[in-house]
Amino acid sequence: MSRIGHVSRVVGVLLGAGVLAACQGGASTAPSTAAASQPVASGSAGGGGGTKSVVIGFTVAQTGATNVESVRQQHGLELWMEDVNNAGGIRLSDGTSVMLSAKSYDDESNTDRVQSLYTTLINEDKADFLISPYSSGLADAAAVIAEQNGKIMITAGAASDSTYMKGFTQVYQTYTPASHYLTGAADLLKSLDTSAQKIAIVHENDKFSTDVANALTSYATSEGYDIVVDEGYDTGTTDFAAFINKISAASPDAIMGGGHFADGSTFAKQLFEKGVNAKMIALLVAPPEPTFADIGDGAQGVVGPSQWEPTVKFSEAAAQSANLTWIGPSVDEFVSSYMAKYNEEPSYHSAGGYAAGLILQAGIQAADSIDTAKVRQALDGLDLMTFFGRTKFDITAESHGLQVAHDMVYIQWQGSSGSLEKQVVWPEAAQTAQPKYPLR
Amino acid sequence: MVDQLVASLVDGLLIGLVYGVAAMGLTLIWGVVEVINLAHGAIIALAMFGLYYLVSWAGLNPYIALPFVALGGLLLGYVVYAIAVQRVIDAPPLASLLATFAVNMIIIGTATTIFTTSPYSITFGLGSLSAGPVTVPATRIVASFASVAVAAGLYFFLYRSGTGRSIRAVANNRAAAELMGIPSGRVLALSFGIGTMLAAAAGALIATFFPFTILSGESYQLKSFVIVVLGGLGNPMGALLGGLVLGILEGLVPVFTSPSWTPVIEFLLFVAILLVRPSGLFGQRT
Repeated sequence: MSRIGHVSRVVGVLLGAGVLAACQGGASTAPSTAAASQPVASGSAGGGGGTKSVVIGFTVAQTGATNVESVRQQHGLELWMEDVNNAGGIRLSDGTSVMLSAKSYDDESNTDRVQSLYTTLINEDKADFLISPYSSGLADAAAVIAEQNGKIMITAGAASDSTYMKGFTQVYQTYTPASHYLTGAADLLKSLDTSAQKIAIVHENDKFSTDVANALTSYATSEGYDIVVDEGYDTGTTDFAAFINKISAASPDAIMGGGHFADGSTFAKQLFEKGVNAKMIALLVAPPEPTFADIGDGAQGVVGPSQWEPTVKFSEAAAQSANLTWIGPSVDEFVSSYMAKYNEEPSYHSAGGYAAGLILQAGIQAADSIDTAKVRQALDGLDLMTFFGRTKFDITAESHGLQVAHDMVYIQWQGSSGSLEKQVVWPEAAQTAQPKYPLR
Repeated sequence: MVDQLVASLVDGLLIGLVYGVAAMGLTLIWGVVEVINLAHGAIIALAMFGLYYLVSWAGLNPYIALPFVALGGLLLGYVVYAIAVQRVIDAPPLASLLATFAVNMIIIGTATTIFTTSPYSITFGLGSLSAGPVTVPATRIVASFASVAVAAGLYFFLYRSGTGRSIRAVANNRAAAELMGIPSGRVLALSFGIGTMLAAAAGALIATFFPFTILSGESYQLKSFVIVVLGGLGNPMGALLGGLVLGILEGLVPVFTSPSWTPVIEFLLFVAILLVRPSGLFGQRT
């Protein structure tokens, strides 16, 4: 009797745990519907064509390792939808207003969840167009589903070149590809110090960071640099002591690498705490985030490639002089409306989310339709400028959808602890301050 | 090369002491209660969040908050023992394993809902200390000294106090201890509480220098298992030495090969010890 009682209690505890897990799972798979800021009623809008409602499907890392970047991307995307709907939708030539609504899920920064969630978005939520999840690994998994189901997916926060070299025809990249992320940092180093010879590369072992590191290794070697350390660390690493001791032993002129926000911030902080004396530190993703400065002195002098900064000079006039189509708000309009809505400075992840929406909007406008085939054809021929920069896609069979026109800038945190400011230091044409070199 | 070796050795020793405290909790529970506590990692992670909120909300210095977190760990241990462990203590080992696994699931599930799995960190620093080729954040040095103090406190408690003798008596032979008038139920509950208190203390110390998520405890639980086997099952002082061995391994392996090989070598050692010397490096031969 006693043993049976014990067993039944254990089973009870297990069932309780199962119920809790189920509740948690259920909560996280419930779709989040961002209602259009204006009600959508077919046939109610102005013009002769009435209103059409379009569902934009995407997932967001509400939790997990890439939560910071992903939520910023979501903020940018949702602001774009709100702006479009507040302006009466995307207008087609027959007078139809295309109003937007969103369906999204929490992907928990987990690649394994993405494919089933995008399948749900397509088959159950009837998403018309897709925006990618944040980070290359997740976007790569989602792109397969988009392609299989014939849905257009605009990727944001998905820089890996390899995603666009798999023969996909429905996937379009917003960001400058990963292969260009840190090559500019090598150029910056060369412009500052022709005697610098040694670079240590320590990067996250995920798809995006590895692509960046491989491209950097190849480029830096071709430029005559010695790669004195080339190591990868697991996603979620918190103790970088072993890597830092290796770096210190190699006495590099520059340290480059990183991965995403959480690990990159920790790596930079521990490099400072361990007193590493490199002349330059250039890390992926983390430095351009405004909250990177929260690590204090460790942020000082750190360089990071950025897809966009609030100080960039893209404008309608610049688009006209380059004979390009312009769409969307100006840089200042985007920054002020973003800050008004979210009470934070937009990062390039925020801007990337908005820009992904603008690219889709430009495709719909150019196609004058929401038909997938027509929009795809329009996207193939797109060459436009937004506040985010220029956008044009490779349309060859080998790398269809790869971004070929957008350029990056490099930022550096300058000033003293407590009053650190992010400055654009490269390329020279975009500089807001001279680079601080050596950094400490 | 020598500089790197010295720096890595120091880093390994410092972190190894903290690992040792976490493993002492696991091995104490096994040694006295004869339960493998699969909620150990979850309690480590919970303690990290406990410290985070005491520092960020209550504004306490982390080292002042730490005893409160440890005390919370002790109380949580009593609660877990009363609800999930006590009822299966005489059941086959699988039952207690499942019971603590269920507790682990409940803690992780609930805490994930509250904290999400996003990374947290405590904004706190004491600067760094340098000596020759070695530069170490002061928080790691404080953590290692605190670990030694905790280990010394546990040693004196177990070997110099009446309650400690009762715990050792129950660990040696529960039936005989009961015949001698020792209230084994209370001793078992206390031992479980002390084990979770050690886990909480280790988690709080780690949170002073590493970022964490609610899932962070899993890796420290795995390390604790390796350390417990290295130090000898049920031997708290052996666990501290096992922690040092693991820390040194983590420091030195990357000097000679890629850091990615470190966990592979750790678990090869784990299996080798189980096969060759199952009583552990610092346990008595069976």
